[in-house]
Amino acid sequence: MAVRLRTPLSTEDVLRLKAGDVVYLSGEIVTARDSAHRRILSLPKEKLPFNPEGAVIYHCGPVVRKTHGSYEIVSAGPTTSARMNRYLDGVLDLGIRGIIGKGGMKAEPFRGRAVYFAFTGGAGSLAAKSVKRVRAVHWLDLGIPEALWVLEVEDFPLLVAIDAHGNSLYR
Amino acid sequence: MIEAIVEAIRLAVTRIPDDVVSALREAYEREENGVARFNLGNILRAIEIGRTESIPVCQDTGTLMFFVKAGLRSPFLGEIERAIVEATRLATEKVPLRPNAVDVLTGKNLGDNTGRGVPIIHWELVGGNEIEMAVLPKGGGSENCSALAMLTPGEGWEGVKRFVVEKVKACGGKPCPPVVLGIGVGGGADYSLLLAKKALLRRVGERNPDERIAEIEGELLEEVNALGIGPMGMGGKTTALDVKIEVAHRHPASFPVGLIVQCWANRRAFVRIKPDGRVEVWQ
Ligand code: SF4
Repeated sequence: MAVRLRTPLSTEDVLRLKAGDVVYLSGEIVTARDSAHRRILSLPKEKLPFNPEGAVIYHCGPVVRKTHGSYEIVSAGPTTSARMNRYLDGVLDLGIRGIIGKGGMKAEPFRGRAVYFAFTGGAGSLAAKSVKRVRAVHWLDLGIPEALWVLEVEDFPLLVAIDAHGNSLYR
Repeated sequence: MIEAIVEAIRLAVTRIPDDVVSALREAYEREENGVARFNLGNILRAIEIGRTESIPVCQDTGTLMFFVKAGLRSPFLGEIERAIVEATRLATEKVPLRPNAVDVLTGKNLGDNTGRGVPIIHWELVGGNEIEMAVLPKGGGSENCSALAMLTPGEGWEGVKRFVVEKVKACGGKPCPPVVLGIGVGGGADYSLLLAKKALLRRVGERNPDERIAEIEGELLEEVNALGIGPMGMGGKTTALDVKIEVAHRHPASFPVGLIVQCWANRRAFVRIKPDGRVEVWQ
């Protein structure tokens, strides 16, 4: 099944998805890797630079180009999600309902509340085509790959790889 | 010289070599399940965009590694190291590359892909008056799956196969399969890993000229593909595009096996610098 979804995601959006579905995601996604996750979990919810309710996190460290003071995303495929397993319960507790990455994660924490979307690892030039613009960037002190990039995406083609009912495409 | 090295870096990260692309196309044709085709289709589209728009195919433009064969009579011998470092800086800004060099103590990323020990340069002194170098941008996701086994001679080649298959299985989708496996056997701990990495510079589809080794490469490729891990670890017929083995003599008591896992973004480019300053860049 293929569906179009827009962020923020509701619990109903998430519960309707099944592992193997293709989702074209539009709206806002926020990149975060190891250090950004540590910082997200060290701050009180209201101090976060984005609203985590229904938000989608993208495990990605993009290649960016800075032109005339604004940023352009050149290449932006997913990074290995397994490194973020240790923060998974923490971010899902904040209300995050979707995580995009590659390689999969622990399936259990997603049950009843969120889904894991896979995008093809290494296909950064293709992913960048779905990024319409950079809405904001936070925490640049962590370095470009580790910063929190708030991206506006349109019809980002994703595969539901772990659904909210305990099914996973990973073996 | 610096421009030629920048050009080679650009070529490596924006243009996946033809031999790798054909192997990926064949894999796409072979796959029947929708998920495997979704991933391989995306890979082929990303490669196409990289080529037509000259942008990095994968956002992890890796740690830059250079394998230099330096001709003892090249007039540029004294300049080459500085040129590589400078080209790395320039390429980071111009291509652009993702800044990937992080201080191990402070975690700081200085932003230009240079730092203590990086870019990584391996030197080999050779006769002649030319300098030839290979550029290998190595991604982190696949490098994290690399490993070393100090087998006993009794375990021998069966042990090599078991170790490689187990390792690939344990890594699942993490190294962005379909992968290319570089394997070094013999030498010593460090040398087997170096051989393994250098093996990745060989073309996909090309067997080792030693028939006995070529046969083992073929057998391992079949065994790894029988695992069914598939593109991105979500199932399928192609887990590896190729297996490359290089060997050196071993100590009687050891049987070292270095395994370097390379992702489908099997990037490389070469530069030759002639004594009169003319340069050639190719893949
Ligand atoms: S493993 Fe390779 S293809 Fe995958 S994200 Fe890293 S560099 Fe890119």
